Amino acid sequence: MASVIGKSIKRVEDKRFLTGKGKYVDDMVLPDMTYAAILRSHLAHARIANVDITAAENAPGVVAVFTGADIVKAEIGGVPCGWQVDFKNGDTMKEPPHPLLVADKVRFMGDAVAVVIAESAAAAKDAVELIMVDYEELDVVVDGPDALKDGAPLIHDDVPNNICYDWELGDQDATDQAIENADHVTTLEFVNQRLIPNAIEPRSAIGHYEEASDRYTLYTTSQNPHVIRLLMSAFVLGLPEHKVRIVSPDVGGGFGSKIPHYIEEALMVWCSKQIKRPVKWTAERNESFMTDTHGRDHVSKAEMGFDSDGKITGLRVKTVANLGAYLSTFSTCVPTYLHGTLLQGLYTTPAIHIDLTAVFTNTTPVDALRGAGRPEATYLLERLMDNAAREMGVDPAELRFKNFIPPFDGVSQPGYQTQVALQYDSGNYEKVLNKALEMVDYQEFRSQQSQARTEGRLLGIGFSTYIEACGIAPSAVVGSLGARAGLFESAQVRVQPTGKVSVFVGSHSHGQGHETTFSQLVAGKLGIAMEDVDIVHGDTDSVSFGMGTYGSRSLAVGGTAIMNGLEKVLEKGAKIAAHKLEAAEEDLEYANGQWTVKGSDKSIAFGDVALTAYVPHDYPEGLEPGLDFTNFYDPTNFTFPFGAHIAIVEVDKDTGKITIDRFVACDDVGNVVNPMIVDGQLHGGIAHGIGQALFEGAIYDESGQLLNGSFMDYTMPRADDLPMFETDRTVTPCPHNPLGAKGAGEAGTIAATPAVVNAVIDALAPFGVTDIKMPLTPERVWKAMQTQIKEAAL
Amino acid sequence: MSVPISITINGKIYESEVDSRLLLVQYLRETLRLTGTHVGCDTSSCGACTIIVDGKAIKSCTMLAAQAHGATIITIEGLANNGALHPLQESFKEEHGLQCGFCTPGMIMTALQLLEDNPQPSEAEIRHGLEGNYCRCTGYHNIVKAIYHASRKMGKEVVHG
Ligand code: FES
Ligand code: FES
Repeated sequence: MASVIGKSIKRVEDKRFLTGKGKYVDDMVLPDMTYAAILRSHLAHARIANVDITAAENAPGVVAVFTGADIVKAEIGGVPCGWQVDFKNGDTMKEPPHPLLVADKVRFMGDAVAVVIAESAAAAKDAVELIMVDYEELDVVVDGPDALKDGAPLIHDDVPNNICYDWELGDQDATDQAIENADHVTTLEFVNQRLIPNAIEPRSAIGHYEEASDRYTLYTTSQNPHVIRLLMSAFVLGLPEHKVRIVSPDVGGGFGSKIPHYIEEALMVWCSKQIKRPVKWTAERNESFMTDTHGRDHVSKAEMGFDSDGKITGLRVKTVANLGAYLSTFSTCVPTYLHGTLLQGLYTTPAIHIDLTAVFTNTTPVDALRGAGRPEATYLLERLMDNAAREMGVDPAELRFKNFIPPFDGVSQPGYQTQVALQYDSGNYEKVLNKALEMVDYQEFRSQQSQARTEGRLLGIGFSTYIEACGIAPSAVVGSLGARAGLFESAQVRVQPTGKVSVFVGSHSHGQGHETTFSQLVAGKLGIAMEDVDIVHGDTDSVSFGMGTYGSRSLAVGGTAIMNGLEKVLEKGAKIAAHKLEAAEEDLEYANGQWTVKGSDKSIAFGDVALTAYVPHDYPEGLEPGLDFTNFYDPTNFTFPFGAHIAIVEVDKDTGKITIDRFVACDDVGNVVNPMIVDGQLHGGIAHGIGQALFEGAIYDESGQLLNGSFMDYTMPRADDLPMFETDRTVTPCPHNPLGAKGAGEAGTIAATPAVVNAVIDALAPFGVTDIKMPLTPERVWKAMQTQIKEAAL
Repeated sequence: MSVPISITINGKIYESEVDSRLLLVQYLRETLRLTGTHVGCDTSSCGACTIIVDGKAIKSCTMLAAQAHGATIITIEGLANNGALHPLQESFKEEHGLQCGFCTPGMIMTALQLLEDNPQPSEAEIRHGLEGNYCRCTGYHNIVKAIYHASRKMGKEVVHG
């Protein structure tokens, strides 16, 4: 049987989704269930003088109403942060509590003030309107750099200057010197705007406490149910972890926004215990806008120095990262260890320094969003590269070739040690750009572009050659950097007596197709049929442990845990097979689902060995029955996918409207198990990256109102905004995991944004435009052209 | 105030007394437990709730259950014929037109209408027809391919709805 690994096998999970039988949290109804509605602050910053719940309590169908005062009385701490970043001077970061319901003051529009529980969702929503809150309004600050100014309002009374931490990485002296002595310095000031994740499934949580058995169940839209169990049990509610079950069934997209442990999760569990009935909460889209963690929101100044030959000599970055009103679970590591550490890019830059300040503001908490930190780093680097090329009169592709780290496979050549802590695993950056240039037919495009210019049409091409750190991550390494958790993954391979295989994985699928990809691994490795494999995920009662899915880690880390489990199955199976075949283990070989005595026709099928393991009548002495292994895998390094994306755009001179004519992506994600699924991941990522470049961005007014908190106001790419994507790949295997896989979930988002913006800037080169702030709306593009025209006329 | 309604859904007649403010999507999801139709927003923007009412694709979050009295409705649960997937469902699988699956029922119901109006659409026409449906996972690439291939596969075969 030919291996299914590497084939575009159609997804096994599709049927239930295609027939309306997916099971998402909001689809569930438990007996005697109640419904919660949460009163959200409409103000961004105000003291709570009084909360009157009398009318709400007496409204029809209301079961209970709780406020911040009840949470204080119950002595419940806030939701914790999972990553500690210290100040430069060694002090611990500021970690103000994020309570389940606030009692003292609200700190962003959407902060949770009270919860109403009722017999129906409608009754709960009606009653929540009846709660009267007296607020004393406070001054507001929404912008990161503004929060640092003298006299800025304090979000948390005990956090001076709103600074959560300051942080640096790299060699400051060497970098200052390199920039000072450079022949050319390209400088850009960036606003990497705040994005709202908007998974199409709104968040939902059902808390269910069963008094008779003293057990707690939480059904929640999470990417990492075990992480939620640990955080909620140990740090928020103080529950016995062994009596807590978290179920994350089908989840309708996450993109990072379903990683954090949210207040609503703990709140539903706590409320259920108070009223002794299940309680369900499902976000309305406007709540999603206000309370799903946002992404990005960096303001940076970056300078890149070059020598006269066009070689990069140094990179200096200064960033203010806006973390919002509270710390979300992984918010602190995103601007630091997922951003600062990526500033080497694909280049041999000998000196790099980043200085970063993370601040609190009166805005929604920020956390990982598809790419998380790496898009921000890539945006800086790739915008600088294209601008530098233009300033120095060099071709942007040439400039990259000149500065690429030479190829290394990580086996015969060592990994590449960057200036910013990471060691790249393997890479061939020239190859991937060469291939992308071929795909786009670069020379041909340049001649079309000049021709078009003579006709007054504005065509542009933009490059983005990126690297990202995935397969997150070696526990010891992240622990030394402040992670308060390990980042291994676990998988239990349970061979059933009939030879069918159930695999319980700690990774969580919310669109990634794990049920297919992981089945391919098992079927391929064991030589059995795909139908004989079942992948179980998303339930802490059945899956032994797991760290979940984010950072494009599921295949590289979770997949390796499965592979190692399969190895153990085959090792033990060989002992049983040897006994049954009356042969020595070393004389056996395993292929096509059976053990065969080499050079003979004596063989035993996998299924017969499985049955023997559970009916051990005629069985090797001293061997335990059963064929079931749990494996924990902790990687030795991150994985480093890379690639080259090229956008070709046309800008309408009269309206500023941008059309993406072509989008070409050549990625290297290491070995690929299911090309169809990998391409799908790339497509989705590219669309998200284009969304940031052209359409998306949260807008707060000065009073902290989120002005575009609905799908009517916040623009995301729709089908007719995008072209067909042209994708291809090179394959540079990851040297340190047995699959050679690197990860593909975030690549598109990381790469696409600067490619598109660079293309627009290239199109506007005749106007002398060097920068436009994202999103590049027609209005901004048009204004940029007008400004330059006006200036030229002066 | 409650209102009596009678609606034919996926070939079956349902008679209920509903609260006059109950949305059609809530009636489907909560009263009838037909949870394949999803809710992604509160502004008629995402299309996750799209179903076919009297032959037209509509957003069921923007219609009251009471307004559907007497109507004939098809939801995603009613599309497969005796277990055989509809060509659109087949194509979505073949072309990997879904990831998390949340937008999928709405996409397919919209596509159904799209192909009824225009049985052999071009890529651009498909993209235009999907304007009312958000997908955050696929970048639409494979959804467009799936609809295109379904249309070619279906040929002149009459689309349901
Ligand atoms: S739920 Fe109906 S359009 Fe979004
Ligand atoms: S498949 Fe997830 S939103 Fe479309």
